Amino acid sequence: MTIVTQVVDRSRASAGRLVAHEFRADLRSYVRNRETVFWTVAMPILFILIFGSVFQHQSVIVSGGQIDEAIYYVPEIIAFGLIASTFSNVVVSVVRYREGGIYKRRRATPVSAQVIIAGRALVAALSALAITGVLLAIGWLAFGAQVPARTGAAFLVDVVVGAIVFCCLGFAVASLVRNVESAQPIALATILSLAMISGIFIPIGELPTWIVNVSRVFPVRALSDALLSAFNPHTAGGGFNLVDLAILGAWGAAAVLVAVRRFHWMPRGR
Amino acid sequence: MAAYVELEDRAVEDGPFPDCVISVRGLRMAYGAFEAVRGIDLDVRRGEVFAFLGPNGAGKTTTVEILEGFRHRTGGQVRVLGVDPGCAPSDWRRRVGVVLQECEPEPELTVEECLSLYAGYYPSARSNAETLELVGLEAARSVRCKQLSGGQRRRLDVALALIGDPELLFLDEPTTGFDPSARRAAWDLIAGLRDLGKTIFLTTHYMDEAERLADRIAVIAGGHIVAEGSAASIGERMHKEATVRFTLPIGMAATELPASLAAAVTVETEGSIQAMTKGPLEFVRILAAWASERQLDLPDLEITRPTLEDIYLELTETSQ
Repeated sequence: MTIVTQVVDRSRASAGRLVAHEFRADLRSYVRNRETVFWTVAMPILFILIFGSVFQHQSVIVSGGQIDEAIYYVPEIIAFGLIASTFSNVVVSVVRYREGGIYKRRRATPVSAQVIIAGRALVAALSALAITGVLLAIGWLAFGAQVPARTGAAFLVDVVVGAIVFCCLGFAVASLVRNVESAQPIALATILSLAMISGIFIPIGELPTWIVNVSRVFPVRALSDALLSAFNPHTAGGGFNLVDLAILGAWGAAAVLVAVRRFHWMPRGR
Repeated sequence: MAAYVELEDRAVEDGPFPDCVISVRGLRMAYGAFEAVRGIDLDVRRGEVFAFLGPNGAGKTTTVEILEGFRHRTGGQVRVLGVDPGCAPSDWRRRVGVVLQECEPEPELTVEECLSLYAGYYPSARSNAETLELVGLEAARSVRCKQLSGGQRRRLDVALALIGDPELLFLDEPTTGFDPSARRAAWDLIAGLRDLGKTIFLTTHYMDEAERLADRIAVIAGGHIVAEGSAASIGERMHKEATVRFTLPIGMAATELPASLAAAVTVETEGSIQAMTKGPLEFVRILAAWASERQLDLPDLEITRPTLEDIYLELTETSQ
């Protein structure tokens, strides 16, 4: 009995080491790739600076009252950055690695599928946390946007849930995309169009009602609403939007189902 | 039912050669209604270079992917290093190296970082330095993989397959797109791997490559193995007719040759003679006697055996 436990412990420890090993290599590739760094880091920074500067000193109606439009855009662009660095990052890199035969080659070694997926997901998670931190700092320094202390926990939960859900969605969509040329356009078109109707670029109050209703079912809107309510000084209580979190959770669960059924290691496009 | 399966398994393990690294019996693979592989048998012995040849669409890639544990079969028995690759457990993966036909390098990593990544997948790996030396990439160790030449990339692929020190190495078209000198260098590398005791399963479209490297060759066409043997013996090659070529002096024609030789002549253009014979020595003896009687020299006389390519084309054309 003791022996069995020891064996299990050692394999668990080495699985952890392997995930760290995989993560370091994937992270190195990620930060050295200018294109992915542009889409996931530079673009959200550019957006927050542009939107914040253009709309500063205008006010926008949010639930409970009015806030400076520059402050409005801080949680919105954080949502955008989070989605870009998880969802589109995972779609583009998974399809690129799969279609290039890189995943097939890795799978020809003893490394397990879980380790490869964990490495990829951790890179996305780290880049999501990094961009969130950077955008929080810019929002605070440039536009005075702050998360009120009472909604701080809700903000953290939203960020973590959002990162996990959009990561899963990335794996699901990557399983459906057949070739590397269409990965970036598909990822970009999806997040830009959903961002448009979800209040990220245009405040929800300025959108037609039918668009507001349509976007309600999508996870981009759920994340954007959840983060906004954490930033909104008029929010009463802890700022946990359970409906938004439930919508995100449902999309995450659906994504896991699709990914489990359709994920491939072998190139599909050729 | 269980007893039956067990018996079948033993039949595979006991195969004709006790030291088989790969043993295949009655392998079948169907994609919907199309049967790509239609019941093939293969045996690859420890330490040999086995070349698996066949035209595109013959079932070659499917077979290789099944042996590599990337694809499930629809029928038959397969043992690779004594294990069914359909299950491909991770300790089996440690013993098998795979060089894929088309594979991009790890993006943004250097050669050495790439090797370290793959080395980390194995409980005990070869050292990077030793592996780089084996494939001749020492000088490129800090180069980003993307900047390597085609030949260097292929060497890196081989290095990544060797880093876990496998017993069996799959090489899928290792020299496609190489210039002649890179091909020669790759051949030396593969020959060196055989000297290390590795078993190598090679697929290629180059017959000179198979002839130079392979201990044994199998040809697949239309989902069947159509021939198997050494490069010299495959497809009855040693018993095929040899071709004798020579040019007669101006003004002479094949009709002036001794009758026994004239009958063998298959092509004659302006005194250039081509004859097919199963007894080239006897043919030349008669020809030499006839020529020296007439004080003729035949300076371009040559005798050629059918090349491996001739045999291959004949085998794969007749089966289609």
